[in-house]
Amino acid sequence: MEIGKDLVAASATPLVLAIVAEGDTYGYAILKRVGELSGGRLQWTDGMLYPVLHRLERHGHIEGRWGTSENGRRRKYYRITEQGLAELAEQRKQWQTVDTALRNIWLAVSLPGGWTPAPTPIGG
Amino acid sequence: MTRSAADDPLEAQIEQWRTYLRRRRAIHPVDVDELEDHLRGQIATFVDGGLSPDEAFLVAVKRMGAQDAIANEFAREHSERLWKQLVVAPEATNGTGSEARREMLVVFALAAAAALAVKVPALFGLRLDADAGFYARNVSLFVLPLLTGYFVWKRQVGPDTWRWLALAFAGAAVVANVFPFGKGSDTEALLALHLPIALWLVVGVAYAGGRWRDGAARMDFVRFSGELFIYYVLIALGGGVLTGFTAIIFQSIGIDIEPFFESWLLPCGALGAVLVASWLVEAKQSVIENMAPVLTRLFTPLFAATLLVFLATMAWSGRGIDIQREVLIAFDLLLVLVLGLLLYSVSARDPYTPRGAFDYLLVALVVSALVADGVALAAIASRITEFGSTPNRLAALGMNAVLLVNLAWSAWLYLRFLRGRGTFAPVERWQTAYLPVYGAWAAVVVLVFPVLFGYR
Repeated sequence: MEIGKDLVAASATPLVLAIVAEGDTYGYAILKRVGELSGGRLQWTDGMLYPVLHRLERHGHIEGRWGTSENGRRRKYYRITEQGLAELAEQRKQWQTVDTALRNIWLAVSLPGGWTPAPTPIGG
Repeated sequence: MTRSAADDPLEAQIEQWRTYLRRRRAIHPVDVDELEDHLRGQIATFVDGGLSPDEAFLVAVKRMGAQDAIANEFAREHSERLWKQLVVAPEATNGTGSEARREMLVVFALAAAAALAVKVPALFGLRLDADAGFYARNVSLFVLPLLTGYFVWKRQVGPDTWRWLALAFAGAAVVANVFPFGKGSDTEALLALHLPIALWLVVGVAYAGGRWRDGAARMDFVRFSGELFIYYVLIALGGGVLTGFTAIIFQSIGIDIEPFFESWLLPCGALGAVLVASWLVEAKQSVIENMAPVLTRLFTPLFAATLLVFLATMAWSGRGIDIQREVLIAFDLLLVLVLGLLLYSVSARDPYTPRGAFDYLLVALVVSALVADGVALAAIASRITEFGSTPNRLAALGMNAVLLVNLAWSAWLYLRFLRGRGTFAPVERWQTAYLPVYGAWAAVVVLVFPVLFGYR
């Protein structure tokens, strides 16, 4: 299953923000974490992560700083800011609304594949 | 970062990948570092998983995505990077920061020295307005030795060369100040005009850093001069705005800044700006597109059209050139302008490109300038005796001859090139070989004219 480009792009911001919120991290580790979380099904082109990180940094949601990796190379680490946490909360609310709406419509239509999620009350 | 690219094929591959990535304008060196860290992490994971380093590299690069796509994504996030920015003091992250900062300090110290140098004579009672002649004769001596010093420092010119440069400046200082000029004399004005030209070539020797016999180095100096001029004009415009603004706000509290402006801001700023502008040209060389060739492209067709229409009108209406005192100077300026257009077209031209429409346009411009100048000279020649030979007229005539020879031979070489009888190289070589002639003529005016005309 290949996930569409637009959906990948839209989900990248909350996903990256949330992963950075878990603790200070760096580019490659973020990508590995995305792989773990999606069971390897959410595949990004690796290079695309960095413009996303730089945009979040420019908006002040995360802070980058250069440090040294365990093998002595320069590595850029990212940490979430107060503003980033607020943004993450906002994103989570938006995505939950979308998620709820989708869950409910999945119940109402019948699709090939046969999988139906448990119903979720709106606003819950 | 220490890596041994030679003995490790993987390191060599990564280095090559970095080189390709670094060519993208939207991706800065620090971003390449960040991406490289990612690539290495990915490779390490694959190698742990059992791939050979070669395979791991290929898969990791593939996973990273096509460089075009990455660059596009970076460009969308950092659109400002597509506008080439002049990084005057690069961040310390790329290692050359301290070097650039040291140069900046040197330049500002030299600029301050030039600004103060012009005020030193005031300590000995020489005033800008009362002793205008002194300042006019010496203005280039306040700043050009310092500019030369900057290039001597930057290019690490050896003492064998700079001793001669120092001697040239010392000689110029003596000549400019021991000649017993009459007050407001013509030869004094001529010296003030021609000394900077002669000394500019001394700067050029320092700029070329010992390679001054080399045509390519001379052409670089020509490019530098053009860019410096443009930068200087821009700085002067900025300075004008600053001054006007200062005058207005101080006027509002009833203080007149004009005395301060005339005796400090203008002279100190004008001289200091030469060094700052030179440094900017040096710093930006590889950053921004050169402006002089762009302006040349823009104005060559316009000037060519103007000259052709002028010649056509003259021929059609039968009007001769009205010989006024200034007409020779006007035609000198025309030749200087055409020479500038030619020079900066030549300086920006890739010698290997085949001839094109612009080359024909350039030749049309030069030939029409030659014709116009020829008509003017013919008109003047018939009346030169009746005007008498004053120093001004002789200097203007000499300059005209110097420029005419250059343009005539350039047109000849260019025509040969256009008719397929030769390459473009001789056109370029002729221009660089001719540069000392301007200096020599300027030196003649400076050294010989005052004596010849008895300091009139």
